Amino acid sequence: MNVTEKLAILADAAKYDASCSSSGGKGRNSLGTGGIGSTEGMGICHAYAPDGRCISLLKILLTNFCVYDCVYCVNRRSSNVRRARFTVEEVVELTLAFYKRNYIEGLFLSSGIIQSPDYTMEQLVRVARTLRTEHRFGGYIHLKTIPDASPELIDAAGRWADRLSINVEMPTEGGLKSLAPEKDLGDIRSAMGRLRLSIDEAKAEKKAPRFAPAGQSTQMIVGADAASDRDVLTASTNLYTNYRLRRVYYSAFSPIPDASKILPLKPPPLVREHRLYQADWLMRFYGFAADEIAPAGDDGMLSLDVDPKLAWALRHRERFPVDVNRASREMLLRVPGLGVKTVDRMIAMRSHRRIRYDDLIRLRVPVKKVAPFVETIDHRPRGDRESIVLRKDLREPAQPDLFG
Amino acid sequence: MYAVTLDDPSDLAEWRAKARALLMADVDPAQVTWQAGAAGGLFGSDEGLPAPVRTGMPAVPRAFLGLADTVLAHTDPRRHATLYRMLWRLAHGEKALLRIATDDDVAWAHGCIKQVNRDMHKMKAFVRFREVRLDDDTVYVAWFEPEHDIVPRVAPFFVRRFTGMRWSLLTPSRTAHWDGDTLSFGPGAHRADAPSGDALEDMWRTYYASIFNPARLKVDAMRREMPVKYWKNLPEARLIPELVRDALPRMQAMVLNQPTIPNRKIAAPQKAAVAVPEGSIAALRAQARDCRACDLWKPATQTVFGEGRTDARIVVIGEQPGDQEDLAGKPFVGPAGKLFDRALGDAGVDRDALYVTNTVKHFKFEPRGKVRLHKRANAQEQAACRPWLVAELDRVRPDAIVCLGAMAAQAVFGTSFRLMAQRGEWIDLPDGRRAMATVHPSYLLRLPDADAREAGYADFVRDLSLMRELLV
Repeated sequence: MNVTEKLAILADAAKYDASCSSSGGKGRNSLGTGGIGSTEGMGICHAYAPDGRCISLLKILLTNFCVYDCVYCVNRRSSNVRRARFTVEEVVELTLAFYKRNYIEGLFLSSGIIQSPDYTMEQLVRVARTLRTEHRFGGYIHLKTIPDASPELIDAAGRWADRLSINVEMPTEGGLKSLAPEKDLGDIRSAMGRLRLSIDEAKAEKKAPRFAPAGQSTQMIVGADAASDRDVLTASTNLYTNYRLRRVYYSAFSPIPDASKILPLKPPPLVREHRLYQADWLMRFYGFAADEIAPAGDDGMLSLDVDPKLAWALRHRERFPVDVNRASREMLLRVPGLGVKTVDRMIAMRSHRRIRYDDLIRLRVPVKKVAPFVETIDHRPRGDRESIVLRKDLREPAQPDLFG
Repeated sequence: MYAVTLDDPSDLAEWRAKARALLMADVDPAQVTWQAGAAGGLFGSDEGLPAPVRTGMPAVPRAFLGLADTVLAHTDPRRHATLYRMLWRLAHGEKALLRIATDDDVAWAHGCIKQVNRDMHKMKAFVRFREVRLDDDTVYVAWFEPEHDIVPRVAPFFVRRFTGMRWSLLTPSRTAHWDGDTLSFGPGAHRADAPSGDALEDMWRTYYASIFNPARLKVDAMRREMPVKYWKNLPEARLIPELVRDALPRMQAMVLNQPTIPNRKIAAPQKAAVAVPEGSIAALRAQARDCRACDLWKPATQTVFGEGRTDARIVVIGEQPGDQEDLAGKPFVGPAGKLFDRALGDAGVDRDALYVTNTVKHFKFEPRGKVRLHKRANAQEQAACRPWLVAELDRVRPDAIVCLGAMAAQAVFGTSFRLMAQRGEWIDLPDGRRAMATVHPSYLLRLPDADAREAGYADFVRDLSLMRELLV
């Protein structure tokens, strides 16, 4: 099998990992080393596939042979997918060749588990080490970390990689047990705990060896088990707080070739994944808690027809209208349609000049969405519009569902 | 009217020098026209500029220069005049102008900046180098068509990234070249000046096609981020129509196909059974790992079981693990643990001689933003965890027990125990062991003033040193 054939198999095998981020961490460039590669904080998406996803990193598996039998995974040992395996040198060469042509920001390397967790992890570390030491490669490296690998190998991984990640896979322990029988929530959490300690330590002490300066992230598969959105967001809150994850990625379970019978027939609508990302954003940057976004007492699912912030506002009409000339930043951030940038611009200008309705238009906010929830010196929303009517006016047209 | 001509309409230094001269002469923005290129004097027309009427440049916010620098890269021919008008307004009493995001000029400038930044970002993303092998060297050449005059602004990024390569960026308006040492710029080029292909592009297309998931077709999202205008210079873009056309049939095939029987068997992993002697501390630890006797396990990372000599003469019992202990899975490794270690050292006691554990084995906390606030385990949770402590004491069979803090002391002596009154002395227990209680090191960390902390630490060390007689 030649390298192109291997690439086709091992990129196909990696595409169900949603993360492609190349952001975070300290800036680095090649001016001092004379090599190639830089990271400057914000990641760059070098291409987009027709699935709308960004292609930033060369995202491949070292091998798709795997001894695990995770039901949702195309590479599980009971699948008849074609198998391939790259050598360490092949991955190194491919990464450099793509990077030099500006196709990618770096490498996201993962692997099926072969022989043992330590054996597999050692191979991943060798790729990263070779790139850094033999080729003075300064681009981004994200290594998937195997929870059971030995601490020495994880230390070595953190030394060469910008980011490490361990996939939590399922929002609940029950889901993990039934769909990923060889994986264990306890192992995953304790590995994440160790990563956080090492990342914190490297950050706190200048002399400490480098350790994953772009932090750690994880991925959860949504819609393969019965977990509700509330379960998902509760799990995320726990992960963000316990392990200071940079990101939790949500991957709507998607049909795979040669699927297992245990999987649901129908994938969840992609808009569910989108709503979860919006909710995640609200929790990280807008001061919302999981139980505000997905309150206890109903089925725990986010609305698909309106975004989670609007849904919250419609449940809390008593908190509105908000006077944009007086309200706190926290409250302005809770207005549907107002983002961080707009809110900061409003706050910067309102000490010099009162905000009028026209200003909303000039700030290019979605006026139809914002207007019912704010008041300016020349605008007060009609208080008599019921939430149901308002919701109907503001709902987003449903996306056509490929599965009918 | 003054007609100002600019040699390089995107150059900040040039615009700035001319705008300064106009402002010093107090020339109203309505009296100036700006034009690019062509020859001509500093001020294109025959009219000279009136003599300066100001003695010094009025103060202008630093942010304005940054704004002007980016706006000048835009192709909008109104940019020089608008920037001068903004400068004029800043100098004529509108000091807060840049903070009024809805002002026409400011909003226009923000719009320009957004477009220029996006163009720069897309250039960093969508440049595709092609390799050219020369006799003794390899150079990388790219053809790109930016919308705005951004080459001088983006080229340093490529230098920082591709320092170890020789490369050229060719665009219709300017070119940039890096020879491994020096960055230079030249006039515009033609598409034909760039190589027409690269052997690696087939490999790249293979990757592009394989990483695409046909079950998630979202063509609009792709076009939004990778507008069609860029496609002609992207080697992968020619695959798009076919990938889009085949996506639905490919996905339907996946959904309809019946699962298959594995035609080759990869062996399931064998979890090496670690031999753990029954009833040993190691066996207890393994059992406790999955303890669900109360709900504390749910948000926590792991059970933090006791550690140390399994035949220690002294068992030290703390209260419950904290944030660091929860992450590391070991007792007394956080700030309180470090203080405990120091105090043991000062008391002349070797921690390795001890078995150290906690009354409650899971961290209890309340999430508050990014931090986890420690919460005291309640009576039920303490009771649920008690069997583990009892079992540890049964296995280690120490002669003595040292309790750190009230929770541990009450677990050993009963709820009527008063820590501050009875600390620091050995008390015989009904089972023949003796036990002593002292404060928990986290109590010392919480003491507000330094004197109290020092005195408290000295008392703590004195209490701990009582262990010494048992360890010789």
